[in-house]
Amino acid sequence: MSSNDRFESREFKVVGTRPLRPDGLDKVTGKAQFGADVTAPGMLHGAILRSPHAHAIIKKIDTKQAEKLEGVHAVVTRTDFAKDVDNTDVLDNCMAGEKALYDGHAVAAVAATSPSVARKAMKLIKVTYKVLPAVTDVDMAMGADAPILHDGMQTEGLEKKSRKPTNIAQRHEFGHGDVDAGFKQADLIVERSFTTEATHQGYIEPHACLANLGRDGRGELWCCTQGHYYVRELCADLLGLDESQLRVTASEIGGGFGGKTTVFIEPVALALARKSGRPVKIVMSRNEVFRASGPTSSSSIDVKIGVKNDGTITAAFADLRYQGGAYPGSPVEFGAMSAFACYNLENVKTIGWDVVANRPKQAAYRAPGAPMAAFAIESVVDEIAGKLRMDPIDLRLKNAAAAGTKASFGPVYSDIGLIRTLEAAKNHPHYSAPLGPNQGRGIACGFWFNFGGQTSVSLTVNADGTVGVAVGTPDIGGSRASISQMVAEELGIEYSQVRALIADTATLGFNDVTDGSRVTFATGLAAIEAARNAAKIMCERAAKTWGIPSDAVVWEDGHAKPVSSNAGDFEPLSLKDIAASAANTGGPIAGHYEINADGAGVSFSTHIADVEMDPETGRAEIKRYTVFQDAGKAIHPSYVEGQFQGGAVQGIGWALNEEYIYNKDGQLQNAGFLDYRIPVASDLPMIDAVILEVPNPGHPYGVRGVGETSIVPPLATVANAISAAAGVRMTSIPMSPPKVLEALDSVLIAEAAE
Amino acid sequence: MAKIILWGGLKGFTDGETEFESEAKTVRELLKELEKSYPAMKSRLDVGVSFAIDGAIYRDNWFAEIKPESTVHVLPLLAGG
Repeated sequence: MSSNDRFESREFKVVGTRPLRPDGLDKVTGKAQFGADVTAPGMLHGAILRSPHAHAIIKKIDTKQAEKLEGVHAVVTRTDFAKDVDNTDVLDNCMAGEKALYDGHAVAAVAATSPSVARKAMKLIKVTYKVLPAVTDVDMAMGADAPILHDGMQTEGLEKKSRKPTNIAQRHEFGHGDVDAGFKQADLIVERSFTTEATHQGYIEPHACLANLGRDGRGELWCCTQGHYYVRELCADLLGLDESQLRVTASEIGGGFGGKTTVFIEPVALALARKSGRPVKIVMSRNEVFRASGPTSSSSIDVKIGVKNDGTITAAFADLRYQGGAYPGSPVEFGAMSAFACYNLENVKTIGWDVVANRPKQAAYRAPGAPMAAFAIESVVDEIAGKLRMDPIDLRLKNAAAAGTKASFGPVYSDIGLIRTLEAAKNHPHYSAPLGPNQGRGIACGFWFNFGGQTSVSLTVNADGTVGVAVGTPDIGGSRASISQMVAEELGIEYSQVRALIADTATLGFNDVTDGSRVTFATGLAAIEAARNAAKIMCERAAKTWGIPSDAVVWEDGHAKPVSSNAGDFEPLSLKDIAASAANTGGPIAGHYEINADGAGVSFSTHIADVEMDPETGRAEIKRYTVFQDAGKAIHPSYVEGQFQGGAVQGIGWALNEEYIYNKDGQLQNAGFLDYRIPVASDLPMIDAVILEVPNPGHPYGVRGVGETSIVPPLATVANAISAAAGVRMTSIPMSPPKVLEALDSVLIAEAAE
Repeated sequence: MAKIILWGGLKGFTDGETEFESEAKTVRELLKELEKSYPAMKSRLDVGVSFAIDGAIYRDNWFAEIKPESTVHVLPLLAGG
């Protein structure tokens, strides 16, 4: 038994139901306050001047004319930030130093009385650049003659170090067994190379913030973020502040998906506020969001898998190359770790290369690094199934990871739900439904780690018997509802009696960012324990009231009760009764809990897609799509389904249309939603979601995170469906109409040649 | 003694070695041992790493117990979106 074993089987009353979300009315009536919705007296408008060059030395910045313009209160450049910081790359990404490293890189910023004055001032800032050659493609960036972004960069992780400048920041390696010996045992070996393009998280709300910072180093920041404590940490570092003096409040958030787990404009707004002595608001345009926030990596991947004729995989290898923009930190290690995580393999090896290129610094995007790897691996598995004439689910079941499997990234799995998702998919009516003309069906599996992290929760029992819960994890997926449900369940009260709020950094202990699918798991765990602590206090109050020992009282069904008739014959006291007399029995009743939660439990998913191709245009249309995923325990099933559906839709967009398109000089050509096409509701059928529940031993109710795994299989699922419909293996994402037409033409040419 | 397995990204600090045995009883003791044996690794360890002890994954927990029969995988710091 692990020290993280917390699961207790029980019957639920509130958990598992589908109550209305507490933030719903505010959002549909426009009352909710998002990042750009707050103003302050005397507020200035900030604007950021960005490099038009993908790679250039900044020789000089002349701000004199801009500073003289009426209405301009401050102009900042890199010199206005702290000199000796811990987060050097974050600072350089927020405000360039010696070089501009990508099209859109911030080089200066202005605070003025109106947005139009700020824009005029930006035109008066004279920046002298020495333009350098740029590279945006990952394989080209690894080439011997590639332009070098950072002169001092050396590859970490190599056994033999090279002193030659490079764009390769790190080499990772995972695996076990002997892949060469495994390939010798194989009856069939399939090798393929794949590419994926960078995509943006596509959140509807652009980054926005309002900053106020006095010359005394005390300030406040309002911003849309997935992690306001991390924003505080980064901003304090970049501005040279004490964390205690900067209070950060998270606004409502219009989508994040990982892209709001760092800072872009917040330190700039604070620098402008400090220099001007006035509050400063900055709101990114959509163009800026694309050019200068953090998309995911593009990738280039080689895969080789060997199998016996019965379908047993004897060896598996992948070489993964991810560019993560202008600074080290692409999620290639997670790609290399997750690539073969669905399989029980004796011989497996993955190598990951973290590469820099002249693109914006990547940010996390839902299961960062895993979807591209799954696309490559699951495509080859699908091809093997075809060559062996095996059902693709049967091939996966034959090699599926289960409890006791040594994962390809090292550890041995405990209870996992992959096989349950595969069996559910195989038995689902979707899998046996007939296909129409020009249609193909694809399936694929996906894996994600999940984690718990640092979490604080404070709970208060109000005098009227209602309960408030303060959490520090911004709600990006309905967590206020699920946390309220868990507290209501634990205290035995109605869901409507609980209100969960997102506290600011000054009023609650530290919380890690809302990421890693961690909130329902970790914040939920802490909320349950906080409720148990409050219930313990309420039992003590009842015991005092009855004049019996506190250990003779238990909390059941929302009441303090004598543990048995031996303890005395007392009418149970409800939460409301105890709350009403709190002032008389010892004062306010509260519960809190702080934890660095481990035991999050890994997650698996299987997807099925039916795709119809138009042979004349190459357009692929999703006709039917079903997600099967293990949720451990679905606290609010509608939100779990929403996470499954949302991840699938984002993955479908990644598979079919979305891509960053650069010209030869490294300038982004499609920085807007007209030219960067994300799927909308009318593009898609209803995404069916099948929730499976294999309890996670690490959570009292069995919860597993569900927010990320659902984006892992769609790239491969759709690719396998299109490949089936087209009769040719698709190896490059996005599978936009020109690429599909090209693939169809290749089939026709091959047939004609025969 | 516990079996310690480093992910391949740390090879550059260890002259290619990725497996060794350790008497460390906790994650903190293992971290100290790694820093002592491979001083250059400290900068990488300071960035953060995860530990899988007999299959259970820990991110930052110094006091997670390592038993003599344990297998410990040192992995990159887990993150997410």
